[in-house]
Amino acid sequence: MTKERLDILKSKLQGYITETDDITGTPGFYIDKEKIIEACKILKEDPDLNFNSLVDAVSVDRFRKKERFEMIYNIISIESNERVFVKIRLESKNPEMQSLSQVWKSADWYEREAYDMMGINFLNHPDLRRMYMPENYEYHPLRKDFPLMGIPGSIPLPNK
Amino acid sequence: MSHTIHEDLQKKDSKIKKTKILQALEKLESEDLSYSFTDALNNEMVLNMGPQHPATHGVLRLLISLDGETVVNCVPELGYLHRGYEKLAESSTYHEFIPHTDRLDYLSPMANNVGYALAVEKLIGLEIPERGKYIRVLIAELARIQSHLLAIGALVMDIGAVTPFLWAIREREKILDMYDIICGARFTTSYTRIGGVAQDVPDEALAGIKVFIDDFISNLNDIRNIVERNKIFIERCEGIGHLSKEDSIELGLTGPLLRACGVERDIRVAEPYLVYDKLDFRIPVYPDGDCLARYYVRAEELVESVKIIQQCLEKIPKGPHNALQSKKVLPKKERVYTKMEELIHDFMIINFGVNPPKAESYSAIEASKGELGFYFISDGSGHPYRLKIRSPSFSNLQALAPMMKNCMISDTVVIIGSVDPVMGEADK
Repeated sequence: MTKERLDILKSKLQGYITETDDITGTPGFYIDKEKIIEACKILKEDPDLNFNSLVDAVSVDRFRKKERFEMIYNIISIESNERVFVKIRLESKNPEMQSLSQVWKSADWYEREAYDMMGINFLNHPDLRRMYMPENYEYHPLRKDFPLMGIPGSIPLPNK
Repeated sequence: MSHTIHEDLQKKDSKIKKTKILQALEKLESEDLSYSFTDALNNEMVLNMGPQHPATHGVLRLLISLDGETVVNCVPELGYLHRGYEKLAESSTYHEFIPHTDRLDYLSPMANNVGYALAVEKLIGLEIPERGKYIRVLIAELARIQSHLLAIGALVMDIGAVTPFLWAIREREKILDMYDIICGARFTTSYTRIGGVAQDVPDEALAGIKVFIDDFISNLNDIRNIVERNKIFIERCEGIGHLSKEDSIELGLTGPLLRACGVERDIRVAEPYLVYDKLDFRIPVYPDGDCLARYYVRAEELVESVKIIQQCLEKIPKGPHNALQSKKVLPKKERVYTKMEELIHDFMIINFGVNPPKAESYSAIEASKGELGFYFISDGSGHPYRLKIRSPSFSNLQALAPMMKNCMISDTVVIIGSVDPVMGEADK
């Protein structure tokens, strides 16, 4: 993304961006979780920006006292061939945010995966179920306090 | 219907004595059974397809609700091949994770190796020599041919033609034999290293690839002729599993599926990596968005891959294949055994890892299924703090439900075949 385009993007999202970041050459910004839906609607629907495809969502466990969890959305604009990362900080106890599937349909499964692996709760999600683990599983395996070997007995094995 | 018979009979002759049938009907009504003939046709049935089903190409499970033979809704269930690779990555060094990448998209392991190595190199800030780049392009394109051949063969076999599948597998075997010469393994290659590749490509392999490529176009045309002129194949693919251009973008599709919906996006051109900007090739795009378009995109990508490989074989320079950064790149084994300096570096890299700076990075390649990306979060230690694998099969599978809506039950296998999911990658 050129510097001029980045300035346009920043001016369009003025008031939403709390902090800018650099993902080794790709721009990223932190957006307040209360205003995330409005900001993402601008990103997607503004004709100058037109970030029309959400290709991935990364959930992170920073493992600290305050704002432990983080969601990173990987958004591309197919017409102008640009990529941005939108980051949202979430609180440690009860991490929850508005689901971005209200803006991009593809967020559905990415958020289900984050819910399953990291235990992040998405509000207004159309179908918030576990993606990989069984539905009655109690833990969130990608959290840093989950042991690598797993928890013995947490998945019932079939009878012989 | 039962009710009307009852009424008609009563109207006809109310004085008639209750026959046995009427008594039975009355009894049925008094028990308040809602059964009737029209209900039987409206009955919605839920069909459980997979995880052990030959047409799901792995352990994909689909819950399909049917109205007669029409699919009303489809819910894919994933996770039967979930091995927790993202968790495993957090406790293994950057080098240790390379063999795991083979098992992501196990139909094109070389492309995964290349994608992973490029992502780590971007995080470290390492540039590899020209020869290494050409070798990587070469093997990544071989991987694309390998994967697309199976995709086409399996799609056609799902429709009922076995011959093209066997011909495709025959060609695929030749690529696996080349891998055997290049890296000593046919399937789980683990060929790339951070800062280069495990060993240089021998001239024997380059000559073998040239022989294979020279024959390949005519062999591919044999397959294409038998498939594309087949009326059954065309009628079973044309207009099936349709997806509009807007939907395909909205659903985050990448790779051949997106290009079959008329969107021209290929990461090899959009965000060029390695030496793709120096090579001349075309991106096949079809606007139809159905199964036939997906077949054509793959078939033409095979031709383009052949063009890329031919150019690589011509242009590949002599010289080192690994970057000269002794603290990040593993030294040659024979030097480790004889030289003190190399022994120390080998010990440090194996035991403590390559220690990239404290940063985050995302790097994606155009794998055979679409955008294969690796998002790294590094805390400066030898193993990644978090690795997120953006696997193309996972997001492509999300389009399965919209594609299957209102199609016939027999078309589901065609649609799955045209999506070409690999569960090793989708389930991670």
